[in-house]
Amino acid sequence: MTNLTKIYGWGRYPQQDAYLHAPPSSASLEFTAKQQDSVLARGMGRSYGDSANALNVLQTTYINHFIEFDKATGKLTAEAGITLREILEVIVPSGWFLPVTPGTSYVTLGGAIASDVHGKNHHIAGTFGQHVKSLSMLLGTGEVVTTSPQHHADLFHATCGGMGLTGIIISATIQLLPIKSSFISQKTIKADCVEAACEAFESNSNATYSVAWIDCLSKGKSLGRSVIMLGEHAAQGGLDIDIRQKVTVPFSTPSALLNSVTMKAFNTAYWQRAKHNVSQTVSLMPYFYPLDAVGEWNRLYGKKGFVQFQCVVPKLDGVANMRKLLTEISNSGEGSFLAVLKQFGTANENLLSFPIEGYTLALDFKASETAIKTVKRLEDMVVDMGGRLYLTKDAVMQESTFKATYPNWEKFEAIRERYGAVGKFSSSQSKRLGLA
Amino acid sequence: MKRILIIGATSAIAEHCARIWAARGDALHLVARNEQHVQVIASDLKVRGASEVTTYVTDLNNMDKHEELLDVADAALGGVDIVLITHGTLSNQKSCELSVKETLAEIQTNALSTISLLTLNANKFEAKQSGTICVISSVAGDRGRASNYVYGTAKAMVTAFTSGLRQRLQKSNVSVVTIKPGFVDTPMTAEFKKGLLWVKPISVAESIVRAIDGKKTEVYVPQFWYVIMLIIKILPTKIFKRLDL
Repeated sequence: MTNLTKIYGWGRYPQQDAYLHAPPSSASLEFTAKQQDSVLARGMGRSYGDSANALNVLQTTYINHFIEFDKATGKLTAEAGITLREILEVIVPSGWFLPVTPGTSYVTLGGAIASDVHGKNHHIAGTFGQHVKSLSMLLGTGEVVTTSPQHHADLFHATCGGMGLTGIIISATIQLLPIKSSFISQKTIKADCVEAACEAFESNSNATYSVAWIDCLSKGKSLGRSVIMLGEHAAQGGLDIDIRQKVTVPFSTPSALLNSVTMKAFNTAYWQRAKHNVSQTVSLMPYFYPLDAVGEWNRLYGKKGFVQFQCVVPKLDGVANMRKLLTEISNSGEGSFLAVLKQFGTANENLLSFPIEGYTLALDFKASETAIKTVKRLEDMVVDMGGRLYLTKDAVMQESTFKATYPNWEKFEAIRERYGAVGKFSSSQSKRLGLA
Repeated sequence: MKRILIIGATSAIAEHCARIWAARGDALHLVARNEQHVQVIASDLKVRGASEVTTYVTDLNNMDKHEELLDVADAALGGVDIVLITHGTLSNQKSCELSVKETLAEIQTNALSTISLLTLNANKFEAKQSGTICVISSVAGDRGRASNYVYGTAKAMVTAFTSGLRQRLQKSNVSVVTIKPGFVDTPMTAEFKKGLLWVKPISVAESIVRAIDGKKTEVYVPQFWYVIMLIIKILPTKIFKRLDL
């Protein structure tokens, strides 16, 4: 008698009716999964588009226990539904940090693995999956297996970045990063165009963390002007961490509040306020998760939601290609204020992992027909440039784009076949992209 | 550091209370029916900072075991400061209406077993002249309604019992806290359509821990239920009986 419930990703676009199952323990998760024809595990629902949408969804909400934490070695084992935020609350006071973290702490461990998320240290540390020692997962056959880079390696490399399509991750062991302080020494550099920004990434490639806020609305000489933020773990300041949320957006605001005038004003103000070549010490939570301070900020885009566009283009011709993309975006006048530019290091061996060596750009578009057309134009440009789009952010990519830009998709399908995942695990996105 | 006994430790509300206490470094003794599930929770609470976590597996409907259960908790914790009683089932009203056996079984689980534990525990705390007893009752116990009066009857019994117990133990420095949650989004209520009145177990847990810390008496969680139930309680029966609640 479970009811249909409307579900959607963080972008609140697209929406779909689904049967939600929230098993109270991992034992009942196995039981529930076996009862369904086709299911998909879903954690916090923080992927932006439809990659966690499916008719039968298994919420991992209650599968969120720590299993073991070795404070001496920084080895942590936990169930897949635990959030990175809960993990941080426990590990930071003991002098450990996540080896890789995305821009929000409101994602689950299982989700971080399935998306093979990256962070501001990708050029040094790679993706989240590269720090996973092993994981335990439920296969389509009903078996529970442990996989690692040494054991069932094919399954492991398909599962890290595999968008939940190979099975259901039940628990994982990760290697944490030692820290001496919960503070970050941050240095800010202003770059007055995209070329200068890319140059700044190049000349600061030894910085542990680097990311740029980029103005996607400025044109001409200042096209792609950026504020680059470099960071290092500080040596002093103590290990306290404050995970309380400050404010929440209580309801969807009229989306008209975010228009080209307000966004341009915001971007200009942000640029003017930033100071070049300034160093300061900031605490870890606002440095890594600035938007987590505002609960449910996605409501700012109104009821229709938004689509996010995140691409990566290869390093060769990367700067020139980035200029082409930015020109297209600034001419459309639709890009929002939350745009991010970052240099990626080398790709890993996970089959559907997003990062390749080059430059990545991420920004939001308020959901509308014209915005989706713009995103599709950008998609075509990225394909021509030899780049790709991030599955975790995607809501509209075409099958042909996916298959052309993720050349390992056939290997991925073969592994799914081998481990009984075909027909058992699927999402709205996987169907759109032509996966079995 | 507090020494806390949690009865019905695998319930979502109990687990979230336990996590708050674990983060404070308290010592916890967990009583539950499902061995595997309670072990998972125990390991989790250790990582979250509990100074000690021990477990005891039993079916609470087996009231012959209640004395032993409390003695084991006393021994494991070296004395109990707080006991939280949260176990229960959400009765299926429709099938209870067709079965005396099921109706009485629900009252056994949700009221009699709790009253047994309360009686035994009250005497222990009275003897040592200290302690806090916290029980999860429900807004459903405030007035019997057609949609869930079997569950409501059991909870009314618990509320009335704790009210009397509170008066009796007042002079013994023992506080009795009765929690009346409204709709809580837990595995127990997974099949219900959720609306505005629903809250997450974590926020209920925060209220419970606050109520225990502040030695409160009867607490509606969230507080707006006080107003809703006040209205439901004062409606004249003539009108009330016609309502579809």
